[in-house]
Amino acid sequence: MRHWLTAHRKAARQALQRLFAAPLTMLLSILGIGVALALPAGGYQLLDRVAALGRGTAATPQLTVFLAVDAERKAALAIEKQLGERGDVAQTRLLAREDTLARMKQDGALADVIGALPKNPFPDAIVVTPADDGVAAIEKIAAEARQWRGVELVQIDSDWAQRLAALVRLARTGLLLLAVLLGIGLVAITFNTIRLQVLTRQTEIEVSRLLGATDAFIRRPFLWHGALLGLLGGSVAWAIVAGALLWLQAPVAELAALYGLQIDLTLPGAKASALLFASALALGWFGAALSMRQHLRA
Amino acid sequence: MIQFNRVNKRYPPDIAALADVTADIAAGELVTVVGHSGAGKSTLLRLIPAIERPSGGAVLVNGQNVGALGRGALPFLRRNIGLVFQDQKLLFDRSALDNVLLPLDITGFPHREAKRRAEAALDKVGLLKRARAFPIALSGGEQQRLAIARAVVHRPALLLADEPTAYLDTGTAQDVANIFLEFHRVGVTVIAATYDAALFPGAHQLRLDHGRLQ
Repeated sequence: MRHWLTAHRKAARQALQRLFAAPLTMLLSILGIGVALALPAGGYQLLDRVAALGRGTAATPQLTVFLAVDAERKAALAIEKQLGERGDVAQTRLLAREDTLARMKQDGALADVIGALPKNPFPDAIVVTPADDGVAAIEKIAAEARQWRGVELVQIDSDWAQRLAALVRLARTGLLLLAVLLGIGLVAITFNTIRLQVLTRQTEIEVSRLLGATDAFIRRPFLWHGALLGLLGGSVAWAIVAGALLWLQAPVAELAALYGLQIDLTLPGAKASALLFASALALGWFGAALSMRQHLRA
Repeated sequence: MIQFNRVNKRYPPDIAALADVTADIAAGELVTVVGHSGAGKSTLLRLIPAIERPSGGAVLVNGQNVGALGRGALPFLRRNIGLVFQDQKLLFDRSALDNVLLPLDITGFPHREAKRRAEAALDKVGLLKRARAFPIALSGGEQQRLAIARAVVHRPALLLADEPTAYLDTGTAQDVANIFLEFHRVGVTVIAATYDAALFPGAHQLRLDHGRLQ
């Protein structure tokens, strides 16, 4: 075990020396790997933030029952009572039309428009929190409420979150496909880099073989070379993602605020970062292993 | 120690490098393989560490048929043999010391002990003061001595040398040959392919002519 560890320590040191012996080649390789990994890593980070918006809403699904604009208050109260008495409703809250008007007038962006209207355009509305947050239960309450007299519109508030979640799922699948393709690209880059390394180290390999080196001894520094290339490429990818997120943070937050949303583009967390570094290292190692396998067989 | 049993070696399309060679070499013996250029001297030597495989017959090293060894067993055969090549096969991007350290790295020697042994081997061939020099900075004779230091650093029982004095002047050639003679005196089996058998007085001679042992 100690011999094995010592052999790996030596091979890792040798690989580092080889990497830094050709800094420009190394820089170009790790930049290529870094850019390839930054795309899925950055995309994942962005999607994670977008998905969090949907998750926040979907956690407390609600539906809103809008009455006709000219409906009387007692009709609204009756419908609220009717809803409140249902076993599948946890909570109801009446939004009086005058309160809604007052709140909208406080909104700087809409105050002028609403102030210019001749009469209150808002209906009474009842916000319903179902006892069961399953889609079927919510749909059932909505379907029944739509049939009641005086009800103009029933809106399931989590609809947009579900659409968003579906979009995020689609984007995640696309991102996964992109990650797989770029991962193959990373393996190809490492494969080729190691192949060139093998060609330049042909004499050393030949001499080592004649002196009694095993395949494992010959392979080891090249595997480390590939792994270190991957790891350095992963670090570049992390830096690109972090830089891009920091750069985009302010404009994205500003845009989100216009839609009443809050999106915080935070740096990749410890788990995401560890996953990025580990995948980069593993892919680099794998590319090198494929390259060495081909060489040693030949 | 080494037996050649009716060994044949043919290269495509139909070139006979060795034909029906039978010979026994005992442990601790000093052997020179002589003959004209193309007689099969190098081929004979290359069969012992299984760098080449015989086309027919068998080469036995300590009773083991090396021609039948699998890929995984070859490194362990070669670790018991010291090899000096005609073209030395030194690594020019490593210092003399690092060149000599290579066989010990391969066998997994602890670094401190390996360094001590490598320096002793360099001292033995008179190159200790040039330990940090790169092979390109060494003369032809020094490069050959460096190759010998690398071949003996792991203390093999068998030392094979293919034309170790080929490109050296007479004085330097004798110095290099003397190193082999010294190793022979301490019990190492030495087999050297050479044009000049006089450099190795008292050696058992295997004379090859067009691949046949005379």
